[in-house]
Amino acid sequence: MRTINVSVNGKQYSHEVEPRMLLIHYLREVIGLTGTHMGCETSLCGACTIEVDGKAVKSCTMFAVQADGAKILTVEGLAAPDGTLHPIQEAYWTEHALQCGFCTPGMIMITKQILERNPNPTEHEIREGLDGNLCRCTGYQHIVNAVRTAAKAGA
Amino acid sequence: MIANSFEYSAPGSLKEALALLAEGAKPLAGGMSLIPMMKLRLANPEHLVDIGRLPELNYIREEGGAIHIGAGVTHFEVESSPLLLGKCPLLAETAAYIGDIQVRNRGTLGGSVAHADPSADYPAALHALDAKIVLTSSEGTRTLSTEEFFLDTFTTALDPGEIVSEVIVPVDAGLTGTSYQKFLQPASGFAIVGAAARVRQEGGKFTMVRVGVTGLSGNGYRARNVEDALVGQDVTDANIKAAAALVADGQDASSDLHATAEYRAHLAGAYTARALRAALSRSA
Repeated sequence: MRTINVSVNGKQYSHEVEPRMLLIHYLREVIGLTGTHMGCETSLCGACTIEVDGKAVKSCTMFAVQADGAKILTVEGLAAPDGTLHPIQEAYWTEHALQCGFCTPGMIMITKQILERNPNPTEHEIREGLDGNLCRCTGYQHIVNAVRTAAKAGA
Repeated sequence: MIANSFEYSAPGSLKEALALLAEGAKPLAGGMSLIPMMKLRLANPEHLVDIGRLPELNYIREEGGAIHIGAGVTHFEVESSPLLLGKCPLLAETAAYIGDIQVRNRGTLGGSVAHADPSADYPAALHALDAKIVLTSSEGTRTLSTEEFFLDTFTTALDPGEIVSEVIVPVDAGLTGTSYQKFLQPASGFAIVGAAARVRQEGGKFTMVRVGVTGLSGNGYRARNVEDALVGQDVTDANIKAAAALVADGQDASSDLHATAEYRAHLAGAYTARALRAALSRSA
């Protein structure tokens, strides 16, 4: 067992974990933040996307021990404390960018990274940015619209 | 999917890491290949040494007419480095083709090179760049050419206890034009075939040609037959086509559910020609 210290959505945590524990299992089962979804478990689908030190990563392909000392942001950390949605969440809402919603936490987290690196992306750049995130319901068009709407809102 | 149990060390210095590796521990960098293999229990290391966060392996600097890149530099850092974009755009362009944003944020240059996946993107570019691979162990350091380093499928010249510590690429300013062209497998993003070209021309003739190929066979390679067919020849599209058609000669082309050997060989020719044309359009 190893002790790790992480900040998740601004809150400090310290736990003993087995080195083989995946970061997503740590977030969901130890801390209890179940917004991050486990999809394919093979780093293809992107449902488990979170930010570690400002970089979008797939939390099913990282051991919790590798995040020792890191600042983690999950989908639960986006909305304001009073419940006001983040502009990206608002854009997914208004553009109907989800049906079943399973991929949405990962989609929202990768949208944040896409717009941080390129605040005014073209449709091609949006689709390229979403490359590592699969959606089986929407056909992606409404997700692309949501990224564009979020960009216009200055997210 | 849960990996087998293992011991984990995160040493603060390269020296400590190399000492643990000398005792039989295995290195973990970004983990983009190793962790999926551990989850499938295809790899079951007993002791992992985390070298992914060592500052000593995290640099990109110009030195003595070449660019030295620490093995811990991520694909995202390669694709977005102003130094590489300006002076070795082929490597930056190639890195931008790897996987997706999340993979490029974690995966490292050294990790990918050491893994030597036959469909990885870097080998094509590194062969075309005449890159040097620096290997380090507790015993010391040695520097190999790409052809000395990449031996076969997932097989390199790395000895037990040794890691890739640095990659050295040339400064390609001015007259040299480069391009990486890739036909990718849409689900995984891996190259079915990728071709990197690097050319110089003068007075309407090719004066330098380098071609690196990945994905076609079990090991990336430098297509010397294509290079030899072009150097000294007139810069014409007919010459490019004829030379590119040689690219798969002598290679044992792979066959899988994504592409037959015959189709792969055809793609290699087509993508080599595309890479040569694009490189040419970027050369002075």
